[in-house]
Amino acid sequence: MTTMNDFMRKLIVSDDTIAPKEPQYRHIEQEMIDRDRRGFIDKIMSGALGGSLMLVVPMHSELFGELLSEEPTISLDESKKKQYCFIVDVTGCIGCGACCVADRKENNVPEGQYRTWVERYVIDMLGEVYVDSPNGGEDGYSESRDDITNEIKDSYFVPKLCNMCDEPSCVQVCPVGATFKSPDGFVLVDNTHCVACSYCVQACPYGVRFINEQTKTADKCTWCYHRVRKGKEPACVAACPTGARKFGDLNDPESEVAKIYHSKALLSVLKKEQGNDPRLYYIGAGQEVI
Amino acid sequence: MDAQVLNYVFPNDMHPHWTLMIVLYTYLTGLVEGAFIVSALSYVFGFKSLQPIARFSLVLAFSWLVVVTVPLIIHLGQPTRAPWMLLTPNYDGPSMMAGFGYIYLIYTLVILFQILFVYRYEMVLFKATSSGIKHHIYSILTLGTNDRSKEGRQIDTKVIWLFGALGIPTASLLHGYVGFIFGGVKAVEWWFTPLMPIVFSFSAAVSGIAGVIVTYIMIKLFTKRVYEIKTETLKTLIKLLWTFFIFAFFFEMLELGVHAYSVTENWHHVKAALEGPMQWSFWTMQIKVLSIIPFFILMWLSLRTIGRIALMFWGVVVSIMLLMQVFFMRWNVVVGGQIMGKSGRGFTEYFPEWFDKEGILVAGLILIAPIVILWLLSKIFPFWESTTEGER
Repeated sequence: MTTMNDFMRKLIVSDDTIAPKEPQYRHIEQEMIDRDRRGFIDKIMSGALGGSLMLVVPMHSELFGELLSEEPTISLDESKKKQYCFIVDVTGCIGCGACCVADRKENNVPEGQYRTWVERYVIDMLGEVYVDSPNGGEDGYSESRDDITNEIKDSYFVPKLCNMCDEPSCVQVCPVGATFKSPDGFVLVDNTHCVACSYCVQACPYGVRFINEQTKTADKCTWCYHRVRKGKEPACVAACPTGARKFGDLNDPESEVAKIYHSKALLSVLKKEQGNDPRLYYIGAGQEVI
Repeated sequence: MDAQVLNYVFPNDMHPHWTLMIVLYTYLTGLVEGAFIVSALSYVFGFKSLQPIARFSLVLAFSWLVVVTVPLIIHLGQPTRAPWMLLTPNYDGPSMMAGFGYIYLIYTLVILFQILFVYRYEMVLFKATSSGIKHHIYSILTLGTNDRSKEGRQIDTKVIWLFGALGIPTASLLHGYVGFIFGGVKAVEWWFTPLMPIVFSFSAAVSGIAGVIVTYIMIKLFTKRVYEIKTETLKTLIKLLWTFFIFAFFFEMLELGVHAYSVTENWHHVKAALEGPMQWSFWTMQIKVLSIIPFFILMWLSLRTIGRIALMFWGVVVSIMLLMQVFFMRWNVVVGGQIMGKSGRGFTEYFPEWFDKEGILVAGLILIAPIVILWLLSKIFPFWESTTEGER
């Protein structure tokens, strides 16, 4: 996404780093004008023409309106760069579905479609694995499974959401560049540019994408990018009553995720063999979790 | 693990996202390639027996080609944004879909110009003898030339050869590319194989050649000119069909065989799907009824001396069977890959609605459209022996 990067970089530079124009530059401009007024006007005109062409030549993607937010997450300064990650503690999830409700409300997700969901895993003594997720686990799991006859060995809930891959298949396959990876590592969809061909839906190994019934474009969990840009945590993290969903900056040694990440806790990712390098980690997820 | 019983799919995967329209898209591009191969064998490789149907095959390929993008655009959630595919293609990925528009455009131009050169001399003559709209159409299609010289026609022959020669790799690229759109998706175990472009290319040739045989005989039948059908031409087409079908079927089975022999975790899921929801469409229809039976019919027709009427009858029967075989193959690839949920623990179901935007009625109309287009094109480009043949 060179175009995106360049575009964003320019925006950031113009926001943070460009100092007021130095007087000596004005002097040079004055000299240019004096030397060749006609040439100077030509240059201005061609610049204006080029600029107006930019309005009609389609760009790869538009940016969120909230780019210049209170809490800039994008920085050219490597030492200030944030490295977000999401950790789900399976051992802490009680399957209440509050995260799913919060997500639907926060992101206006149509009924029957899911940016995030919670799966229930039940494993019997013979090692048979039973998985279900009625209505994406949104209504909680008040009913136990009565179709399992053998004694149960283990049971737990697994929240699912975008894996925010470092090597995202969805970005690779998008034919028009509407799905892109932002410089701060978020895989996002520009729904003003998406043609809704569903290629990204096919390519995502985790099944987190869908064609939004209302917008008729590809949609998926963004880790609540719009909130993160304002310094807030994702809606599902804020709603989780047990703290099973954790989000933060790995470069901030004080963050919970950094502490877990650098501890001896056994972290796993889903479908590692796909090579997508997810930035969504799980604690306590068995190898039967796909 | 018995995936079928557990039957859990991710909540967003409850229905396939690529529908009957995508099946049609892969099917139509295949028909184009096969029909083009027939004409190229005559124009480029000098197959004398295929000469009587060379230009018919070319126009037939074109009539299919113009509708290829229709199901694609119908399928898009945002059809008005379709031009972005050409204007902002993602080459960073690169997206396999992004190049299709360009390859499709190039191929369309190659076929179009080849047709214009094949018919150039005749169109110059028609222009002189026709009036009204037809005269104007021929004036445009001849691009202003009135050259009737022998030298001009020799140049035509060379240009036709050149476009044919260019068309062969472009046609293979077009359909191989469609195969790669699927073959490159690592998330779907049923698609992810480098054999996919090869399977697609050979089965494309099969469907196109079968399409040529059926339309050739049917047109002659309905215009009461069955006596014009050349036995030698038909025999060559049937032999070609058999040859391409052997390769297509071989690679289809190779893909399946490698998958089965590797016995990976993915295979257990694929196997359960093939023995479950895909049992009828894959094993019964695609393999047993529409592959094994046609194989023996084609062997009989190719290797034995068969009477003209029997050759025509069985030629049409076996061609229709193979047209269906390729359709089933496309269905089993496109839909099959999606009904095997990414959860690895279950399957979903899909059967198109009759009156849906992407349903059976629309699909039927899309399949009929090329026949209407072909009929319209026949008014401008006569398919068979030209009246000027004697002058050549």
